[in-house]
Amino acid sequence: MIESLIKNDRAELTQNTKKGSPVVLSTRVRLARNLADIPFPERATSAQRSDILSKCAEHLGDLKLMKKGAFFDVSQLSELEKQVLVERHLISRELCESEQGSGVIINKDQTCSVMINEEDHLRIQFLKTGFNLNSIWKQMDSFDSELEKSLDVAFSEEFGFLTACPTNLGTGLRASVMMHLPGLVISDQMERVIRAVNQLGITVRGLFGEGSDATGHVFQISNQQTLGESEGEIINRLGNVLKTIIDHEVNARFKYLEENRAKFLDKIGRAFGVLQNVHFLTSNEAMNLLSLMRLAVDFHMLPEANRSDVDRLFIECQPGHIQYAAQEGIEPELRDIARADKLREEFSHLPPLIFDKIGESS
Amino acid sequence: MADNLKCSNCNKEATVHLTQIVNNKIHKVDLCESCAQKKGVTDPQGFSLADLLSKATLTHETGDSQLVCSNCGLETADFRSTGRLGCSACFEVFADVVRPALEDMHVGSEHKGKVPEFALTRQNSQAHLHALKVSLARAIAEEAYEDAATFRDQIKAHEVAVAELEATEA
Repeated sequence: MIESLIKNDRAELTQNTKKGSPVVLSTRVRLARNLADIPFPERATSAQRSDILSKCAEHLGDLKLMKKGAFFDVSQLSELEKQVLVERHLISRELCESEQGSGVIINKDQTCSVMINEEDHLRIQFLKTGFNLNSIWKQMDSFDSELEKSLDVAFSEEFGFLTACPTNLGTGLRASVMMHLPGLVISDQMERVIRAVNQLGITVRGLFGEGSDATGHVFQISNQQTLGESEGEIINRLGNVLKTIIDHEVNARFKYLEENRAKFLDKIGRAFGVLQNVHFLTSNEAMNLLSLMRLAVDFHMLPEANRSDVDRLFIECQPGHIQYAAQEGIEPELRDIARADKLREEFSHLPPLIFDKIGESS
Repeated sequence: MADNLKCSNCNKEATVHLTQIVNNKIHKVDLCESCAQKKGVTDPQGFSLADLLSKATLTHETGDSQLVCSNCGLETADFRSTGRLGCSACFEVFADVVRPALEDMHVGSEHKGKVPEFALTRQNSQAHLHALKVSLARAIAEEAYEDAATFRDQIKAHEVAVAELEATEA
């Protein structure tokens, strides 16, 4: 069912070649919305759930942004297809486990997806590569306003947008930025950073739920609180914290390079060698090698043009994508071989590493 | 380890200990292996300590009366055990139960963000129209035909206004 989505050559997360940035991989913002008076998904009867699903899918499908979008009924998707969509951050694990009457609608370039009957009736998400909080919110705000012209959303003056869980009340907004922080991890500062931002109501998680010891040094950083501040304030506050983290990360990288130049170059050189010659590779190991390749781009050892390839491989080397590409249920061991084959092939086309431009600002 | 911590959910021996600082307050939660799994603690993507804490604050309050939402049937006990509301009408029924939990959870306890103008205007206008129709029916039943004529004119005027508004929106 999802084939056209995977083969789409204009998908934001895997095919965007323009807006890549060091440190920040991608930015996501989601809004929780519910319909007035109709029970929330968990308490709705199955008849109510299918009503909500068809009604919302119809209204969403009418919106301009969703022209040529794709709608999927979750109960029609295979386990593997669901996993692929999770790995692309287009649906949540919670949606995968939902009963009958849940769905998702995804726009053409996969920057916008709306889950129907997850924890709330609607979970609207916008996703872009790079650091884009303000522009995403602007686009999202008008999409949301467009939607409320035709749907009666649940709202109260006191509590704001009403949600099943009180942790999402108010704006219903959660902004989440995927950051690549090898410098802070290597210099043992990550724990301190996590503690400091927690005090500001900001949460840090791993790329796919590996906790603070994130594979590939990739972390998701997001606001915890949604009530008592406007959308703009939430986004600014998070944005300011993230800018500080970016500064610390860049400093940590340069400091490490200064103090451990040979060790640093060796790490990247070896990773590149492994990727060109590997025959067996687990997903964790792949993430860590790709993390070093992203650093190589940041330090101009690889051309900037290859950043999007590295970012794409972060997604395409996930277990679901590897299995999906093989078109059959393959055992973990064969998966590790398929992953190695893919990376070896991809890295055979890259130019050799350049070591004499290092130190120029990244 | 003589003094083993108990799971805050089921009283078995706790093996998972979480600490998070929210609004400068330290929150600690101890869980056993199976409760930790159930609550998704081992899956940080789907887990938020705030969710758990909110539930803890909710569960620890006792002695309040049993409320029931007439729209979806949710009872106070349901809310206390799941930490979830059942529908938009629940927020009026359970407002006093929800309010205290919000303080530790959020920056403030009142909404300061966006307001869905279109939906609210439409909902208010539908409520207004409904009230007029009820008044009209009552006036007819009471044979107060002058009043009935007034209500009928108001309903017409309202419907024309709504139609015009919708035309400009489109």
